[in-house]
Amino acid sequence: MSAVSTEIAAPRSVSPTWRGFRDAFRRHPTAILGGVLLLVMVAMAMLAPWLWTVDPQALSPVRRLKPPSGEYWFGTDMLGRDVYSRVVYGARVSLTIGIAVAILSTVLGLALGMLTGFVRWIDAILMRVMDGLMSIPAVLLAISLMALTQASLENVIFAITLSEVPRVVRLVRSLVLSLREQPFVEAATAAGTGILRTLVRHILPNTIAPLLVQGTYIFASAMITEAILSFIGAGTPPNIPSWGNVMAEARSLFQIAGYLILFPGLFLSLTVLAVNLLGDGMRDALDPRLARRM
Amino acid sequence: MFAYFIRRLLATIPVMGVVALFVFSLLYISPGDPAAVIAGDIATAEDIARIRAKLGLDEPYLVRFGTWLWALAHGDLGVSIFTGLPVSRLIGQRIEPTLALTLCTLIITVAVAVPVGVVAAWKAGTWIDRSVMGFSVLGFSIPVFVIAYLLIMLFSMQLGWLPVQGYRSINEGWWPFTSHMILPSVALGTVYMALIARITRATMLEVLAQDYVRTAQAKGLSSSQVLIGHALKNASVPIVTVIGIGIALLISGVVVTETVFAIPGIGRLTVDAILRRDYPIIQAVTLLFSGVYVLINLAVDMSYTFLDPRIRY
Repeated sequence: MSAVSTEIAAPRSVSPTWRGFRDAFRRHPTAILGGVLLLVMVAMAMLAPWLWTVDPQALSPVRRLKPPSGEYWFGTDMLGRDVYSRVVYGARVSLTIGIAVAILSTVLGLALGMLTGFVRWIDAILMRVMDGLMSIPAVLLAISLMALTQASLENVIFAITLSEVPRVVRLVRSLVLSLREQPFVEAATAAGTGILRTLVRHILPNTIAPLLVQGTYIFASAMITEAILSFIGAGTPPNIPSWGNVMAEARSLFQIAGYLILFPGLFLSLTVLAVNLLGDGMRDALDPRLARRM
Repeated sequence: MFAYFIRRLLATIPVMGVVALFVFSLLYISPGDPAAVIAGDIATAEDIARIRAKLGLDEPYLVRFGTWLWALAHGDLGVSIFTGLPVSRLIGQRIEPTLALTLCTLIITVAVAVPVGVVAAWKAGTWIDRSVMGFSVLGFSIPVFVIAYLLIMLFSMQLGWLPVQGYRSINEGWWPFTSHMILPSVALGTVYMALIARITRATMLEVLAQDYVRTAQAKGLSSSQVLIGHALKNASVPIVTVIGIGIALLISGVVVTETVFAIPGIGRLTVDAILRRDYPIIQAVTLLFSGVYVLINLAVDMSYTFLDPRIRY
């Protein structure tokens, strides 16, 4: 019985319709909340210069460590920089890293996963490499890389991407392996369709939906990883006001200036929450069977 | 069973081989000159040359990898660039707090998350279930160090119930040890709890829909007997699997948690090593934690036969 139901459910789980999306969002107000929250954060990042901010890097020793007030909404840090402006501009860094890692690792994982799903000898080698990479905890993998390179936005993106790719490869590979046995792929092969065309026309479209969900979760986890890396001094360079960096600078000051942690921490958590809610909603929309479970 | 165990143990060798090859090769494939990065901005040409020699970057890649692997097989994890001490000794000095923290976290997490997940599945659709799922999403979304600071601000600074930072060995008494462990364990365990509660709920929901659960209820067993004796027992395999996989979250979180709570463990050692660009330490810690992770998941695989007698190898 269970074998039958998975067979019926499997194709449905990989073929989304926009109507499915819309209905699910109607049934999942939390996903809408997440989407709206994310839009607000994106708008804040793009409109940062017009949101009553000052230069986030402007030093002013006379007004350092001022608590939040009407003049300095989120207070000032130990160098007198305006925390509100730093937090608003910080959204740019977190969102950029999140989106860049999500796109890079899904595209890379998709390419490698399709390759392993169809070419046997590559599969054997590449999956061993992926198993190895996956057994290195993400933060440690990124730390190892960051310790050997100059701190920069690109290197952080690269380091986090490297730790996310193996999971995407696994996902795509398992999708390809099961899709390969589906009647419509067999039919395409029987009709004389070449491997490349089969991959692009028949396999690829069916991997998009699960990848979209996976990409959303990667978006969320990449933002957290960046904050952790910056917090321990292995992330974005200190001259970039990322949320992780603002909190890292408060490490020794949290007992006298807790607001230095609270505000960036709140914005980071809200953004990650928004993306997670959106991801949950999309997963529900694309896989109703799984939705009831998780 | 024994043959399977040996086979699985042997299968960890290529995985660890890839890990070793990766952390070793980073020195060669990372963009720029790692010796210059490690030496820092104010380094002279001699400094860089000295570090190159220390890291063995002047020798051919394969020769260097051979000697490094050979030393590794003999328990030699290299020498710290900054202190000149053997890395294995530095790690040995720091292992106790980290072990204490991870064990406490593991115990608290499993003790809280599994019952919570069971109750959420049992009361599926009620406000209990919804709040458990809500907290679980929150747990995934708030970074470990933000939770840590929130806990410190509330329980240490406002209420004054627990110490702000620091570590006491269990030899210094039960309460000093415990009071210093509670907040770090809870902070570190939050995301892990979210994960385990979610999977417990999901698996329990599936099991509770089975016929034998209805039979058990019909023959008049109490709810707790059905939930624990019948349902949880049959849901244990996926739960234990996720507990094993989640160890990776725990390991990543240790580095940050020890920094926030000033716990002198391996995580703290790693963060200090980052600031000093002491790559041999980072290399060794990455290898060590990955090895532990692989072995724990091997143990999890082995436990399936005990949890579910239907599984035979």
